Amino acid sequence: MAGKPKLHYFNGRGRMEAIRWLLAAAGVEFEEIFIKTPGDLDKLRNEGSLMFQQVPMVEIDGMKLVQTRAILSYIATKYNLYGKDMKERALIDMYAEGVADLGEMIMHLPLCPPDQKDAKTSQIKESITNRYLPAFEKVLKGHGQDYLVGNKLSRADIHLVELLYYVEELDPSLLANFPLLKALKTRVSNLPAVKKFLQPGSQRKPPMDEKNLEEAKKIFRMQ
Amino acid sequence: MFQQVPMVEIDGMKLVQTRAILSYIATKYNLYGKDMKERALIDMYAEGVADLGEMIMHLPLCPPDQKDAKTSQIKESITNRYLPAFEKVLKGHGQDYLVGNKLSRADIHLVELLYYVEELDPSLLANFPLLKALKTRVSNLPAVKKFLQPGSQRKPPMDEKNLEEAKKIFRMQ
Repeated sequence: MAGKPKLHYFNGRGRMEAIRWLLAAAGVEFEEIFIKTPGDLDKLRNEGSLMFQQVPMVEIDGMKLVQTRAILSYIATKYNLYGKDMKERALIDMYAEGVADLGEMIMHLPLCPPDQKDAKTSQIKESITNRYLPAFEKVLKGHGQDYLVGNKLSRADIHLVELLYYVEELDPSLLANFPLLKALKTRVSNLPAVKKFLQPGSQRKPPMDEKNLEEAKKIFRMQ
Repeated sequence: MFQQVPMVEIDGMKLVQTRAILSYIATKYNLYGKDMKERALIDMYAEGVADLGEMIMHLPLCPPDQKDAKTSQIKESITNRYLPAFEKVLKGHGQDYLVGNKLSRADIHLVELLYYVEELDPSLLANFPLLKALKTRVSNLPAVKKFLQPGSQRKPPMDEKNLEEAKKIFRMQ
């Protein structure tokens, strides 16, 4: 019998956080093995556990899966969070990829050189307000349903709501003119499994601080 | 949806986001494995191909003073990270295709990439016999063979003119 999924990453959000959110929302308990030193990462590499020498890596159902999108798609399929047919999957993928694009920009912000940071932050806020949030608000307005696709919770809703929390952290006023997105955020946050994950003491990771960032840079041997 | 291309009109949808489009096409034409575990492997391999493909794609956009260093870095990861990973998969099961002993999108994405690796530097493929065999095998499939011939919709490498045109369209500096 398969045990709990095992997540290999450092103790921070990074590229693993979306996976934590999805597992949590699906009500799946998971274990975390934290990479704390460059040596920990080397060990995973040397034992051949990382196909491309990179993390995230998730041990699940006898597989050592790498590549965030591969992991997310597997979990979504396994726990019925991927729509009912290929057309719903296409919409879910389209929405999830848009979320990923914006999420990537936000994730890289702490790595931005200080002299470029203000300009980059403005640029991101502009694309949040003018590109991404309007696109998702429009989807919800179009069908008037509670969830993005097929009138049913899917990974797209979970990824988007996670992102909305990061948008709120960046600047709460950014959500002001998007009532349907605010309603989705509330609705998904109130689902029992998500509500539990949002509470202190869960496996949800806080925003990166200076110490966290230095630790990550050391582990991943970034300058 | 996000004011970007690619966009593909297919089956009444206007799909954007490359991965969403690729996944839909792969599913529709049975190039996505037989079950969720095969799909996971295919996704993992396709994402590795995409990571390297992204680096190669951005090379023409690299500032001239950084280009040589960047090219070295990419060649190093081709030789030490990506090609060994895929050669190992093929060696591991000894089958003709990456997943499930059947052609999938993973094989097509990888072979496309191998053509770009070859364009970058043909010697990079030297020590990867199984990848070379896969490249030959897939290239000889009738539909792929046709696509590889002159006059098909396959696009050539970007030249200076092409790059300027793209920069203009996408309003890049």
